[in-house]
Amino acid sequence: MLRYLIPLALFLVLVVFLAIGLTRDPHELPSALVNKPAPTFRLPQLKDPTRTFSAEDMRGKVWLLNVWASWCIACRDEHPLLGEYAKSGAVPIYGLNYKDKREDALAWLEEFGDPYVLSAVDLDGRVAIDYGVYGAPETYVIDKAGTIRLKHVGPVTPDVWSEKIIPMVQELNREGTK
Amino acid sequence: MTHSRLLALLLLCLLSSFAMAQVQEEERPSDDPVIEQRLTKLSQELRCLQCQNQTLADSPAGLAADLRREIREQMKAGKSDQEIIAFLTQRYGDFILYRPRVTYTTYLLWFGPFILLLTGLYVLFRYIKQRRDIIPERPLTADERRRAEELLASASGKETA
Repeated sequence: MLRYLIPLALFLVLVVFLAIGLTRDPHELPSALVNKPAPTFRLPQLKDPTRTFSAEDMRGKVWLLNVWASWCIACRDEHPLLGEYAKSGAVPIYGLNYKDKREDALAWLEEFGDPYVLSAVDLDGRVAIDYGVYGAPETYVIDKAGTIRLKHVGPVTPDVWSEKIIPMVQELNREGTK
Repeated sequence: MTHSRLLALLLLCLLSSFAMAQVQEEERPSDDPVIEQRLTKLSQELRCLQCQNQTLADSPAGLAADLRREIREQMKAGKSDQEIIAFLTQRYGDFILYRPRVTYTTYLLWFGPFILLLTGLYVLFRYIKQRRDIIPERPLTADERRRAEELLASASGKETA
């Protein structure tokens, strides 16, 4: 009896492992940057290139950095949601315009609305490399001390927003008031 | 019907590759052949994160081109391969390395196959030993030996005939 049960048990263990493997998205990588300081940068702003924006400007605030581009199809999916969330005022959303043409980016915001407090222009994608961006859209939650606390790759969905981002933002906001 | 559908699919693939090409700018190789050689060697060990089953050397993706540019610049600045790998893993994690590092999370990956091999060998030896115990060696009786010799003789007789 045992000689049949052992292979069967091994087989079932294998099935369980494979089944778990199927439910995971291989494109979602564990981020190396979570709980590390957000890389510093100083980039021109999209709407007013004479002014700059830096992660340092956001010290003392919990904020979102959303990597987007007009050529990025998935960004279009999440855009209406971002607009809604920005209106809710739960957390300020800043954009990182990734490897885009300025006129395209401006036209895109004109057409679909602008949920961002402002967008910084990363023309050659160097800042994106510092942030470990490998597929726009990506969204980072950065705390008051300037540490990345959460990274979401891919479009923000209502589930991601209400179950991951908002609880994290609320927790981080509480942290500071203690 | 299926033909036209296949054709449409092929066209779509072609178009999407054009769309990819549009997004990225031209990549400028370095004029230093040593750097290019080092880059080729290093980028074959690195994964492109956009199309995960390609190396950084092979990938046409925009991000791969950016990372190659970054590597070129760092090489020009005199960084060693180790320093560049450290720079990349800090940002993208160990996943960018095709050859996983030996850390406690990868022990099973590195040594698992050897453990399996040893287990297999152990099971094999035990099985062989068990069989030897189950099937005892029994010398032929005189009668059996005679019959066997007869059979052999008749078989060899046929062969020569």
